[in-house]
Amino acid sequence: MSAFEAAAGRGDLQRVGHDGEPWEHRYTAHHAAGGLLSKRIVVGYGFWIFLLSDIIMFSAFFATYAVLVGATAGGPSGRELFNLNNVAIETACLLLSSFTCGIASIGARMQRGTWFYGAMTATGILGAAFLFIEVHEFMGMVARGAGPTRSAFLSAFFTLVGCHGLHVTAGMLWLLTMMAQVFAKGYRADILRRVLCFGLFWHTLDIIWVAIFTVVYLMGVWQ
Amino acid sequence: MSNSEWERDPLYPDSAPGEETFLGQDDAEAVGSYFIGLGLATLLTIVSFFIAISGTTLVWGPSIPVALLVLAIAQMGVHLVFFLNITTGPDNVNNVMALAFGVLIVLLLLAGSLWIMANMNHNMMPMDQIMQMQR
Repeated sequence: MSAFEAAAGRGDLQRVGHDGEPWEHRYTAHHAAGGLLSKRIVVGYGFWIFLLSDIIMFSAFFATYAVLVGATAGGPSGRELFNLNNVAIETACLLLSSFTCGIASIGARMQRGTWFYGAMTATGILGAAFLFIEVHEFMGMVARGAGPTRSAFLSAFFTLVGCHGLHVTAGMLWLLTMMAQVFAKGYRADILRRVLCFGLFWHTLDIIWVAIFTVVYLMGVWQ
Repeated sequence: MSNSEWERDPLYPDSAPGEETFLGQDDAEAVGSYFIGLGLATLLTIVSFFIAISGTTLVWGPSIPVALLVLAIAQMGVHLVFFLNITTGPDNVNNVMALAFGVLIVLLLLAGSLWIMANMNHNMMPMDQIMQMQR
């Protein structure tokens, strides 16, 4: 658990004796040379733990949805409501934005503005397109009388998919903040750590969307 | 310990999750990793949609939900490996252990909820009988 030990200020004792030097010397030399890299690992690891807890929260919403999916109370079911063309476009938007987000993180590491700003802008546009389609879909459903108050199935649907949409909205705000911070403060180590965390967040949103389009939309239309 | 490892970081050999830099990997390879991930994820998505839309003309009916679940889990794996750069390398042990614990909790939560609720549904008296008892 060397990420923990790095946070606690201790070295990785398991590596002692792999070369001749005593570990205390390497530790002090290390601190003089590159403390920032280890901080990057600790920050990334901590944010990874947060994302896993976020995934656990989503799994509770998925369990609720799976339990309530048949409770339509005489109202419309997923088969009548879902439009797979929209879902396919949404999926393409999020997948491509996950890809451009990865390109942006490489651009940030190489400190190349064209790559970073270009890829971040593409990520933002694709995320906005996703949100636009999703809000359009939600408004259409509410207008047809299939809002979250219609049945337990629709309550669970709007909670699950809406929570993912809220995460994407927060991610969009974070994306704009990161572009502004890199623009104002440059590729500083602390800013690059935030870019790393943003990339992790955006990729995780895409993983959750894979579960949503499979469990909610594809299985809903097939049944 | 090899020379390249020493140059990278002798004491903290871990990688942060999402870190593209493996030992000796350059930027072109990192971009290539994202391209591979994009290609595989697109392929798995298209197959998923195709199976769900074409329905029973292509695949045996009861196998469709299972096939969709398998494709989704495969695509999550693709995302983890090529986008989040979670690997089986020694620099990633901490990240994989945290992920394994998260997956364990998710599975317990999903399986436990579905099991308990199915059981309660099964044991519940039919609604018309409850209505008659209340008269």
